[in-house]
Amino acid sequence: MTTMTIAKAINEGLRATLAANPKSLLMGEDIGPLGGVYRVTDGLIGEFGPDRVVDTPLAESGIIGTAIGLALRGYSPVCEIQFDGFVFPGFNQITTQLAKMHARSHGNLTVPVVIRIPYGGGIGSVEHHSESPEALFAHTAGLRIITPSNPHDAYWMIQQAVECQDPVIIFEPKRRYWLKGEVDVQAPGPSEDPFKAHVLREGTDATVVAYGPLVPVALAAANAAAEDGRSVEVIDLRSISPIDFDTVTASVQKTGRLIVAHEAPTFGGIGGEIAARISERAFHSLEAPVIRVGGFHMPYPVAKVEEDYLPDIDRITEALDRALSY
Amino acid sequence: MGTHLPSTEFDGTAVDDQREADAEAVMGEPAAQMVQLLGPDGKLGTDPVFSAYADKLTQEDLRRLYADMAAIRRFDVEATALQRQGQLALWVPLTGQEAAQIGSGRASQPQDYIFPTYREHGVALTRNVDLAELLRQFRGVSNGGWNPKDTNFHLYTLVLAAQTLHAVGYAMGIQRDQKLAAATDGAKEQPDAAVIAYFGDGASSEGDVHESMVFASSYKAPVVFFCQNNHWAISVPTNVQTRVPLSNRAKGYGFPGIRVDGNDVIAVHAVTEWALEHARQGNGPVLIEAFTYRVGAHTTADDPTKYRPSTEEDAWRAKDPLTRLEKYLRAQDLADDAFFAKVKADGDELAAYVRRTAHDLEDPDIRQAFANVYAQAHPLVAEELAWFEEYSAGFAGEEESAGQAAKAGH
Repeated sequence: MTTMTIAKAINEGLRATLAANPKSLLMGEDIGPLGGVYRVTDGLIGEFGPDRVVDTPLAESGIIGTAIGLALRGYSPVCEIQFDGFVFPGFNQITTQLAKMHARSHGNLTVPVVIRIPYGGGIGSVEHHSESPEALFAHTAGLRIITPSNPHDAYWMIQQAVECQDPVIIFEPKRRYWLKGEVDVQAPGPSEDPFKAHVLREGTDATVVAYGPLVPVALAAANAAAEDGRSVEVIDLRSISPIDFDTVTASVQKTGRLIVAHEAPTFGGIGGEIAARISERAFHSLEAPVIRVGGFHMPYPVAKVEEDYLPDIDRITEALDRALSY
Repeated sequence: MGTHLPSTEFDGTAVDDQREADAEAVMGEPAAQMVQLLGPDGKLGTDPVFSAYADKLTQEDLRRLYADMAAIRRFDVEATALQRQGQLALWVPLTGQEAAQIGSGRASQPQDYIFPTYREHGVALTRNVDLAELLRQFRGVSNGGWNPKDTNFHLYTLVLAAQTLHAVGYAMGIQRDQKLAAATDGAKEQPDAAVIAYFGDGASSEGDVHESMVFASSYKAPVVFFCQNNHWAISVPTNVQTRVPLSNRAKGYGFPGIRVDGNDVIAVHAVTEWALEHARQGNGPVLIEAFTYRVGAHTTADDPTKYRPSTEEDAWRAKDPLTRLEKYLRAQDLADDAFFAKVKADGDELAAYVRRTAHDLEDPDIRQAFANVYAQAHPLVAEELAWFEEYSAGFAGEEESAGQAAKAGH
């Protein structure tokens, strides 16, 4: 076991991929000598050269579009989008081309492109640097979307994403890049399915589902609730598309109450999808309505007020109080 | 490069002459020159660079270029008729652009990979795509229709210009293949294949064209950008897309741009062969602007009388690509009446085949759509398919009894 940050774990995962798969390559803005604005690709251009770690022109549609072409030629490109809010120039290529190419070709073509997107707020940054646009992509069939919350998952998920024959978007919780944890880099391979949720903490009174940057917040809220004598189960969703509804359903059948927390606005979001599915699957187990905790229906606010926007321990606790009051 | 006279000297229409003058005013110099070898009069001119490529065409090659153009025009007529008969939902005619498509497609080699937009039926013919399969998309039974791996001819792309980036990425893959090969067995590092990206004057305004040219130039990717300037993006004329000749844009990206008479199949073939060689030899991208004209409608849902005078179409019919090659072949004694009769008979046979096959194209099962959303198993797709099966099974008895009721005359 080695202790490392999430950023370092992704770096090591990319290094392992580049070493093992000669057809894999990285593409993005400033990912070469600089190592990316978050240094996630630090040192890789020196080891693998500029044909494998490609500093691209500053054009997101160009990055995704050329990655699709490389995939059609048999390559496995990993694209870095510098910030969540900058993915939109590439949105057309992702939704009209990348997601649909396999279906359009009746399965004759595969486009195993991986897109890494640092996402979420809490870093006190300027506009377009703190968003959580995952629901916009989850709505598009043909894409897979995963998000690690810890270094172990970060290390393995990037490697599993490259091996997957479908396009995969990895949303990386940027404010947790420096969160440390243990990674077994000596393990022969991953032991977990990247598209399955994990029960991180067992409980009997209520379930909190979270993913990415809010997983530590959900765990802290569960710990606080325990001090009040409430037993809260916490699930790290890990995969946003597909969603592991079996794990969530089993938990709700046990606890009878469900809170879904994410930074993205609740309207039209992943929490609403989970609430609807769980109401179908576990209607008779529910003791209270499914409650969503998330961002408001507004453009991501300025840094000085983002603390009021982002779900925190108190907001999750308030939701738990409401659920448990039914 | 070559003998290139101003477009105005190639009997351009009044509209083109005015655009030429406007462009010259903008640029402060003559706007564009155009490569032409075979003029509308059927006489073959010379060019210091491209005549050498034209000279490589054998008599058989020239006859085949004519036969291909005639075949695809006949196919176009048939597909339009099929749409009128309700057999196709839509058709996208290419008439007028035969030389641009057949000339460039025939200049490609089997190892080259081609990304079309959605009007490249002529290029598809040169890549041995089964023309009946081209109709699948327009009949609504497929969003593709053929396997690109069989022909190196990619599926049609309807979101304009998206494919230009795919082409550049594919070309970047060719470059890497060559380097990997060189590293393992000492093979040469030059790419041995190139890519052609087709797009039109309308799509030239899309941001993806710009980005694709930036990427291609920066990485010296072996790609040929083949722009068919057919003068109309549905109803909007080319001068709304650009004030200067499109071929001039290449200069800004740092690679060669060539304007070629797109109705001159010999010049198109020569210029494209040169450009593909240039790319395969590791010299980077080339932009070719094929100056041509969409004689028919944008699609069968379009009405050109609303936006352009028929006299303009007549002016371009006088520059017809088939007529001028026929004149040349006859004048040079390279083809006789029997040849042209055979070409017509072959075209009718192709039309009959396409008509027959289009009628026989079976409606797909939605289960195929479920099967191809993802390459790997997906729980949501599996769940929805299982629901659909159960739901559909509930109607099984009903359909049977409905059928019996119909028979009983109820």
